[in-house]
Amino acid sequence: MTEKKELSPEIKEYLRKEFSQEWRKKLRKSLSVKERMKISRQKMPEREPEERNKDFNEVNLGLNEKLAKREARRCLDCANPQCVLGCPVGIDIPTFIKLIEIGDFVQSVRKMKETNSLPAICGRVCPQEIQCEDVCTMKKATGVPVAIGNLERFVSDYERINGEVFIPQIPPSTGYKVAVIGAGPAGLTVAGELARKGHKVTIFEALHVAGGVLIYGIPEFRLPKDILQSEVEYLKKLGAELKINFIVGLTATIEDLKNDGYDVFFIGTGAGLPNWMRIPGENLVGVYSANEYLTRVNLMKAYAFPEYDTPVYLGRRAAVIGGGNVAMDSVRIAQRLGAEQATIVYRRSRVEMPARTEEVKHAEEEGIEFHFLTAPIRYIGDEKGQVKAMECIRMELGEPDSSGRRRPIPIEGSEFTMEVDLVVVAIGQSPNPLIPKTTPQLKVGKWGNVEVDWDTMATNMEGVYAGGDIIRGGATVILAMGDARIAAAEIDKYLNNKKVRRKKT
Amino acid sequence: MATILKRERLVPNIHLLQVHAPEISRKCKPGQFVIIMPDERGERIPLTIADWDREKGSITTVVLVVGTSTHKLSLLKEGDEVPVFVGPLGKPSEIEKYGTVVCAGGCFGIGALYPIARALKKAGNRIITLLDVKANYLMYWEERLREVSDKFFVSARDSYYNCKDFMPYVLQDIIKKEKRVDRVISIGCTYLMSACSEATRPHGVKTLVSLNPIMVDGTGMCGACRVTVGGKTKFACVDGPEFDGHLVDWEELFARRKSYFEDEIQSLCYWEKINFP
Repeated sequence: MTEKKELSPEIKEYLRKEFSQEWRKKLRKSLSVKERMKISRQKMPEREPEERNKDFNEVNLGLNEKLAKREARRCLDCANPQCVLGCPVGIDIPTFIKLIEIGDFVQSVRKMKETNSLPAICGRVCPQEIQCEDVCTMKKATGVPVAIGNLERFVSDYERINGEVFIPQIPPSTGYKVAVIGAGPAGLTVAGELARKGHKVTIFEALHVAGGVLIYGIPEFRLPKDILQSEVEYLKKLGAELKINFIVGLTATIEDLKNDGYDVFFIGTGAGLPNWMRIPGENLVGVYSANEYLTRVNLMKAYAFPEYDTPVYLGRRAAVIGGGNVAMDSVRIAQRLGAEQATIVYRRSRVEMPARTEEVKHAEEEGIEFHFLTAPIRYIGDEKGQVKAMECIRMELGEPDSSGRRRPIPIEGSEFTMEVDLVVVAIGQSPNPLIPKTTPQLKVGKWGNVEVDWDTMATNMEGVYAGGDIIRGGATVILAMGDARIAAAEIDKYLNNKKVRRKKT
Repeated sequence: MATILKRERLVPNIHLLQVHAPEISRKCKPGQFVIIMPDERGERIPLTIADWDREKGSITTVVLVVGTSTHKLSLLKEGDEVPVFVGPLGKPSEIEKYGTVVCAGGCFGIGALYPIARALKKAGNRIITLLDVKANYLMYWEERLREVSDKFFVSARDSYYNCKDFMPYVLQDIIKKEKRVDRVISIGCTYLMSACSEATRPHGVKTLVSLNPIMVDGTGMCGACRVTVGGKTKFACVDGPEFDGHLVDWEELFARRKSYFEDEIQSLCYWEKINFP
């Protein structure tokens, strides 16, 4: 994986130009740096833990105009904005924040959409604390960064709620057909970018709703589904076609679609393969992969059973194995569905947990228990084959491993038993094997990931690109979108070259 | 959305469903399945493909009415639309010339068995078909299966058909009487498939079963359908649905299939109360 260390000269030049605009200069002068630093970070309004942990409505309520403008004043509008470098899609963060400060919310969101087509989603699910907010100058100066994520969410909500969604002028059709495989964050981004360029885009989705992990994985209380719905509607207005219930690889292969006239492909099929610990009892009834648990609840709406037909186990004592966002989502769902005890069991300690800080904070406030430095070693079933307990072992941390985190080492003789009747295994996902299995020419790495040239997202097959979790394994929404933006630019270039070649022949 | 071309009651609790799905019909092979959802609130139900017509662009499946979503399927009419009809899923049956193959099916498996028996016949095998029904009024597609069979038996609990006995015993009789049986394929309820596997085990006849665990997405994403085969966890939706019956951990499969037994009853009572007060 290549990490960009520095902004390209073009982007630097662009940012400098924006920075030097008269209104920005005036705005900077209107309030001194010292005064800006005195303003404290505006708290995100949220529902009370005791109220929210019983339903699926959104936890965060969003900043209002007053809070957003005040938060925007905290941004120092630095000459050399590190935040842009911290953002995987390179949003022009200072400009969008300064537009909030002057109250031009509509321009602000349009500025953002030049680089990020799904801001309402990113504002909610990005791990800002390790990206843009981590390198914010305000953080260095005061220890508390500007709430970039909350502001991103604010302007995109403002646009949607006030019906200000702007549909750009689409250039005349280029006649090229693009097949986007998978309607998750990567696929939706590629589709948006290429539809705007006038290419004929079809998104193929295996499930019956678009969104990928945004729909089956992330629960309503973190990302309301109507937000996703409006993003998909937006893509349709740009001219992209959505084909649901179509599994590329099975319903038709990439080869079949080539024969149907598709010129170029983007594989964004995500990390659909759940990882298991391969310990005894993992197939007992009541032990779920996080994928299944979340799909039942979020996609199939098992939380509204029996109004919806799909059931899910309602544990009294629920244990979720893992320390990432998927684990946090699962454990908070188990509690919302009535578990008396909902526990995270994580083999490392608190600081190594990969989940977003906000999710951990919310989980703690809601009464989730955490067992750190603990891992299950076997599940114990009753006579009906249903899980009733789990044997665990305590861990201590050794030397850092390849991920840079300290490796957990089991402490001999520390085994103990926990009573559980619902277990969700949330220890990560691997790339979805469907496309690799049905596309023999495609080059695949040893983790089942599709191999790409990281500068162009091109695979070894001509006209086939890939991005997101299918190349990374389980990563984040924003990294998928970053890949997608590179791929979309390259696909556009590829199609333009094709045009030249076609004219010559 | 997929359009229902035909829905017909075959026997009291089994319905035929023909759906317009040109893309799936172009691609499907014997032994594969589809996933259907009767309406926006339904469950995703896996159904083995029982027949297809590539020119008409249709897929035929056979549905056993069990819970709420399959009840909803049994009430569909021609021209109705279902929100999900996706496939073809799973690995196709291995179709080769083996010699003599016993095709043993019961219940919804009679329909599922038909395209496999037909393909095996076409590949040059001698086909002995053995169907299991409780009573003669539960039989369907008898003529179709006779057409592709060299020998035809029906085990039943009444005296209407030639063998008044349980299927595993009849299957053992066939194996003993035949000079050679090269392969057995068994499709039906879990009990029937496990019993057939036990019946053939002492004779060492390779026995394939088409497993039907609970599924959600059907594409290998959730793992609801995991089964233990030869000590290894497999996903029936992508690694199967056909497995070697002698290697399947049947006890685990029985338990997993009953995961939502009480929920299914609750769901059905709720739905009936609302729709048939």
